[in-house]
Amino acid sequence: MSRRLLVIACAAIYFFLMLPLLVVFPISLSSAPYMQFPPPGLSWQWYGRFFDDPQWLDATWRSLYVGGATAVLALMLGVPLSFSLVRGRFRGRALIDRLAMAPVIVPTIILSVAVYGLFAKLKLIGAWYGLVLAHTILALPFVVLVMGAGLRDFDRALEQAAEGLGASRWRTLTRITLPLLRPSLVSAGLLAFISSFDELVVALFLAGPNMTLPKKMFDNILMEIDPTIAAVSVMQILLVALVMVLIGRFGRGLSGSAR
Amino acid sequence: MSARGAWPATPALVLLLVFFLFPVVRMLGFSVEAGSFEWYAKALGEGLYLGVFWITFQIALLVTLICLLLGYPLGFLIATTTPGWATLGFIFVLLPLWTSVLVRTYAWMVLLGRNGVFNRWLIDAHLINDPLPLLHNFTGVLIGMVHVLLPYMVLPIYGAVRRLDPAVVAAAEGLGASNWRIFWRIYLPLTLNGIFAGSVLVFVLSLGFFITPALLGGGRVIMIAVLIEQEVRQTLNWPFAAALSAVLLAATLLVYTLAQRFTRSEAA
Repeated sequence: MSRRLLVIACAAIYFFLMLPLLVVFPISLSSAPYMQFPPPGLSWQWYGRFFDDPQWLDATWRSLYVGGATAVLALMLGVPLSFSLVRGRFRGRALIDRLAMAPVIVPTIILSVAVYGLFAKLKLIGAWYGLVLAHTILALPFVVLVMGAGLRDFDRALEQAAEGLGASRWRTLTRITLPLLRPSLVSAGLLAFISSFDELVVALFLAGPNMTLPKKMFDNILMEIDPTIAAVSVMQILLVALVMVLIGRFGRGLSGSAR
Repeated sequence: MSARGAWPATPALVLLLVFFLFPVVRMLGFSVEAGSFEWYAKALGEGLYLGVFWITFQIALLVTLICLLLGYPLGFLIATTTPGWATLGFIFVLLPLWTSVLVRTYAWMVLLGRNGVFNRWLIDAHLINDPLPLLHNFTGVLIGMVHVLLPYMVLPIYGAVRRLDPAVVAAAEGLGASNWRIFWRIYLPLTLNGIFAGSVLVFVLSLGFFITPALLGGGRVIMIAVLIEQEVRQTLNWPFAAALSAVLLAATLLVYTLAQRFTRSEAA
């Protein structure tokens, strides 16, 4: 039957999608001194190499706090923006919506080169907060998409009830609206974090001599195929899986936010 | 009042204007700083650079077609299966989507290299004698880009199939239409908007791709984003990089705007 044919075809496509994610696991545990597949034996040496190398740790630490700061800033700017875009009635709303979503369509290389030119003038190359500003621009579309979907589904009768019972607008916002939107806030924040944590092209231009994790990985891949990168890759895949579990558990459904 | 609910957007708007719109416009201005269009003439007139645009366009088109071919069955299956399987199906599309492009590109280098996993398997199975050239060429870039962009095709197609009224399919089945006929006469025409949305997204994202061609192309497959990076970081030729960026941006926005106009007239 043709349905069975479809399932077989999809199994092959899933194999293609998952193969690169799976292949790094055995390589990261290889006991060989260089890239070899299948590995001749098992060892933790590449994980040891990562945790013993201050450069790798420094880069990881920088990516973690840049990602955290990006998530915080993207939420601080993106949540009010989403309220305006969904609930506001003003001229230019469609234009602002387009501007906020533009970083999805405008090639990242153009944003990177443009901001690099400006930051070179402002002596902001290598500053971690400069990177945070640029990453926030890339993360805003995720926040606007996820928060926008959450706000459109929101039952405003609950806010009206709170205000009818005498709650101030601020109290309604902090005690009713934001707590009810928590799943969307969690998803938006985690997506903003991951988008920054994985980002290479902007970091390549703006990070200067300070490595971020993706930049360090890029340089290492260019130099040599060292299995330390396989160990780093495994940890990144596990981090993404963890974030997806967190979104599934505490956030707004992934399939909902993907559309 | 014309500004109801506008003020919460202000901080984000300031960030977007100062660190996004302004730098991009400023940079594009460099391309005509000399008061002439000489850098555009160079970008669009010299065979070397025209070749870069041509190869970028070819790769983007091929990647879009392959993603469509692989993405349609996947989106279709996830949309028509039971909720339990659909969740699982989604997880294995989203996990690669959110895994760093660098990780995936590195993994493809391991798989496709001269002494990589594929070549080892094929040689050990005595299917080939010499390793196939899969990396640092057109094929390698194509495989890597399809892998990165496939989820962007699957999601809109999934959405389009979901929106389709199951009663239409049931009616066709009741009238005795074969599975193929139902696919060609009902599913395909009624999910064209999803196909279109996914294809435009994949094509537009392909045009500006950097990481995958930079690593899997091995300096032999130069796409436009790779050329821009070289002009800025190695040659330090800002006006030329700006002209190349302007052409890339114009192409991207043109495709996107045409697509939006097309879908709007479709909906009307």
